[in-house]
Amino acid sequence: MVTEALMEALGNVLTLQHFTYLMVGVLVGLIVGILPGLGGIVGMSLLLPFVYGMDATSALAMLIGMLPVLAIADTFASVLMGIPGSSASQATILDGFPMAKKGQAARALSAAFTASLFGGLFGAAVLTICVLVARPLILSFGAAELFMLTLFGLSMVGVLSGQSLVKGIASCGLGLALGMVGSAPATGEYRMDFGTLYLMDGVPLVIVGLALFAVPEIGDLLRKNSTIAEKKSSLGTGWLQGIKDTWAYRWLTLRCSGLGAILGMIPGLGGSVVDWIAYGHVVQTSKDRSQFGKGDVRGVIAPESTTSAKEGGGLVPTLLFGIPGSGSMAIFLAGMVLIGLQPGPAMVGQNLGMTYTIVWSLAIANVLGTILCIVLAPNIARITTVRYALVAPFMILVISFAAFQPSRSYLDLVALLVLGIVGILLRRFGWPRPAFLIGFVLATQGERYLYQALQFSGWSFFGRPIVIVIGLIIILSVWLGARSNKGGGSIQTEGSGAISDTTQMWPQIVFTLGVAGFFVFTLYETVGLSFLGKVFPIGVASVGLLAALLVLWPQIRGNRASREVFDGEELRKTDDDGPVGPLRYMAWLAAFVAAIGLVGYFLALVIFFVAFLRIVGKSSWLQTLILTAAAAGLVMVLANSLNMVMPEGLLQEHYYQYLFWPLR
Amino acid sequence: MMKLPMRFMRGTVVAMAAAASLMFAAPDRAEAVDFSGKTVEWWIPFSEGGGSDVWARFYAPYLAKHLPGQPNVIIRNVPGGGSITGTNEFAARARPDGLALVGTSGSTQFPYLLGDRRVRYEYHDLEPVLVSPTGGVVYIPASFGIEDASQLGQLTDRELVYASQGATSLDLVPMLAFEVMGLNVRHVFGMTGRGDGRLAFERGEATIDYQTSSAYLTNVQPLVDNGTVVPLFSYGVLDAEGNVQRDPSFPDIPHFVEAYEMMHGEAPSGVAFDAYMAFFASGFAAQKPAMLPNGTDPEIVAAYREAFAAAAADPDLQAAKGEVLGEYEQAVGDDVEPLYHVATSIDPEAREWVRSYLTENHSVMLD
Repeated sequence: MVTEALMEALGNVLTLQHFTYLMVGVLVGLIVGILPGLGGIVGMSLLLPFVYGMDATSALAMLIGMLPVLAIADTFASVLMGIPGSSASQATILDGFPMAKKGQAARALSAAFTASLFGGLFGAAVLTICVLVARPLILSFGAAELFMLTLFGLSMVGVLSGQSLVKGIASCGLGLALGMVGSAPATGEYRMDFGTLYLMDGVPLVIVGLALFAVPEIGDLLRKNSTIAEKKSSLGTGWLQGIKDTWAYRWLTLRCSGLGAILGMIPGLGGSVVDWIAYGHVVQTSKDRSQFGKGDVRGVIAPESTTSAKEGGGLVPTLLFGIPGSGSMAIFLAGMVLIGLQPGPAMVGQNLGMTYTIVWSLAIANVLGTILCIVLAPNIARITTVRYALVAPFMILVISFAAFQPSRSYLDLVALLVLGIVGILLRRFGWPRPAFLIGFVLATQGERYLYQALQFSGWSFFGRPIVIVIGLIIILSVWLGARSNKGGGSIQTEGSGAISDTTQMWPQIVFTLGVAGFFVFTLYETVGLSFLGKVFPIGVASVGLLAALLVLWPQIRGNRASREVFDGEELRKTDDDGPVGPLRYMAWLAAFVAAIGLVGYFLALVIFFVAFLRIVGKSSWLQTLILTAAAAGLVMVLANSLNMVMPEGLLQEHYYQYLFWPLR
Repeated sequence: MMKLPMRFMRGTVVAMAAAASLMFAAPDRAEAVDFSGKTVEWWIPFSEGGGSDVWARFYAPYLAKHLPGQPNVIIRNVPGGGSITGTNEFAARARPDGLALVGTSGSTQFPYLLGDRRVRYEYHDLEPVLVSPTGGVVYIPASFGIEDASQLGQLTDRELVYASQGATSLDLVPMLAFEVMGLNVRHVFGMTGRGDGRLAFERGEATIDYQTSSAYLTNVQPLVDNGTVVPLFSYGVLDAEGNVQRDPSFPDIPHFVEAYEMMHGEAPSGVAFDAYMAFFASGFAAQKPAMLPNGTDPEIVAAYREAFAAAAADPDLQAAKGEVLGEYEQAVGDDVEPLYHVATSIDPEAREWVRSYLTENHSVMLD
């Protein structure tokens, strides 16, 4: 029955009509994937309005066709620009972007594409088999097991901490504390929300990701008066080398694909952390770690194969139980309901054909997406040879556009600005941002699952077999990470090195005090809540405060050789001849956000483009106008096709009825 | 210009034909209304992919087809703040020109009924034009040895576990139902959806659960058929007089009031039951209302009511409704007002009772 259904589904997929819709999905996925920061949620939202009224197989082909391409194409932004292409490709930046700067972009991309292709096909294969047998596996992961998986994720902080473990812990604590903003999972009490509606749902993940990685990176590139690629050629050579790399590390690719498929299959962990788990895994299991963070190809292969395999795995709970593992899966579910398919046991019974249509669409879209990405790569890579002052406003456009997707609110942009400045400072003072992000992603889950596990089964949950197995894996992984390296076994996710006598100490002392202050604030804000609402934030804030104080101690003592002392400015003094220094960059961003508050997003964007290109980019009026028109056109097309109203300012508030689209 | 009256005539005739049995609104009142070439924005205070989003996207093409002038109807998602943000914005911003309507859900009605201070919308100022009901079934494991609701008395000593999305979410309805029924239930919060809750039930972590109709039919019915799960009661639907009736999707399952009588031998009454009824109406029997802004011209309101009446009677919609609308009769035309009123009103005494119940039992702070 299974092979029959498989073959019949293949026949369905290969009809012209079906294939056309698959291509539509693939192309949308490609465009959304290339644009930094926009991920599966945006892609699915773009396609959803068209689903209504389509026949089931075509609609599935279109929606599914988008997914793998997105996971492949989001590599471009990560590798070429150091900006997360979507929240699932953050870890790729750590090694992919340094490779691009060394002129090995082609190698990094081809390794990433090959790994993605393999991972995606592996995920599709897993989906084929697992829909039939995965029910017991998924049912065996209760709250207790999911809590242990959250701990497993948090244990990766150990290897991602850079030169100072306490900074990593404090950084992770910051992320955890930020992740607790909003309603407490156990009691529904609102924490640290300042009584606002905006913070009720917490800070959106996409904003945190962009603020921590994209905002500092753009600022950094603007300080140098150059292009992204330091070498002349945009991509460099090495297409074949990349494929060879993936082949050379085939067991790693296979391991990471399996990891991705399994983590994707378990509902509730969330896709945004699997790339970091994969990255942590490859570091832990490698003997030579000296190149990680500086351009090791393994650091690209591992997260890419994992995130691609995750898509196939993630469809298992979606189809079997109707439980979306990610935001894009939630919209996919809505699409299924619209075409009259209700997820559930029937998907492996009478609707098995539909399930296998999904499998084939996934596999074919993977291959198509890889081919398209390779074909387009040289053109896309040209962007790295353009003077960065001309690229930067487009980057700011795309990240600000991506940032207001979650709630379509002006406050999204304020959050991006505030957290972006935090990101710049974290980077400057060597506080590992990956640790921050892991803490943020896992905050709600960790708290929710611990509380639920205790409520469902009490402390005895530690005796459950899968809990013990995951516990052993955590111990093994920490031990693997710590072995043979006296420096805590970690890799450089941020800069490192002692600072010289001439550098001022006070900036980093002030920042450390700020971090400690945030933990004190967390304590102050949550201490009055009910026991279940406060126990987690108080625990996190106490540990974080202790770690922050441990960082502060050598800084105050002026121990310049300490691993806790670091200031990125130390290394920068000589090579900065770029148009915009860090303070001016922050001022530009703040001015942009303030302008949005006055005249709304669209008008502010136009003003920002003209001003930035004229003043910083030193463009001619003609060039300025062409680029500004291109930007305005891009925003109008995207906003129009998403039926979106852009964040509004005072102008819209008072003169709404006199304005016309796109101003309102 | 010759086309316009023709197209308009056709729209009106279809609307009239379909609506004739439901209402006697004079068609010539609506004749001044014409949306040709216009775009109607249907605000949904939830993100893409949620239940309300699917509901509005399903209705949108039929609404467009039956509104005079056949405008373009688009869905505008304004998510955030548990749907309070978008609805607040609509109440403050939308102009009463017939080009904007809003569709809310139980999770928008609940904070309003509870008197949440962040709510800036007043349901009684808005003009309802459609109300869509939904339903759900409460079930327990067969291993308890209970065959139906009449034997529920055997369970009152035993602590049941319910996997809840939160004390002020839609899961407030089962919470109040269990309370009125006299069941001893521990609520474990933090589920991200009813699917999550069902998984906890299937794992044995939760021991009482409910699913909305379509999820029940696809995912729980097989478990009932193989004898591992026993349905207790459905929430039921409200008829035109405001009485609870059996759910048309589950004619063989008793509704809540029947189940209460089976268990206790008398009809439920009292302030807790009043509170349950208000939230049941708001969360199920009239879960999704669509409304025009305050001060909308009566002709426009009439045109919308006719359009929704015609849309609900459209054979294409009837053929395609599947799981989106289920078997529930859509309240259109003159049926809108009474149902809407029940769903958006609560007796002040019952409101106070719920507020103190939530504060005392689940430390919910509403101010």
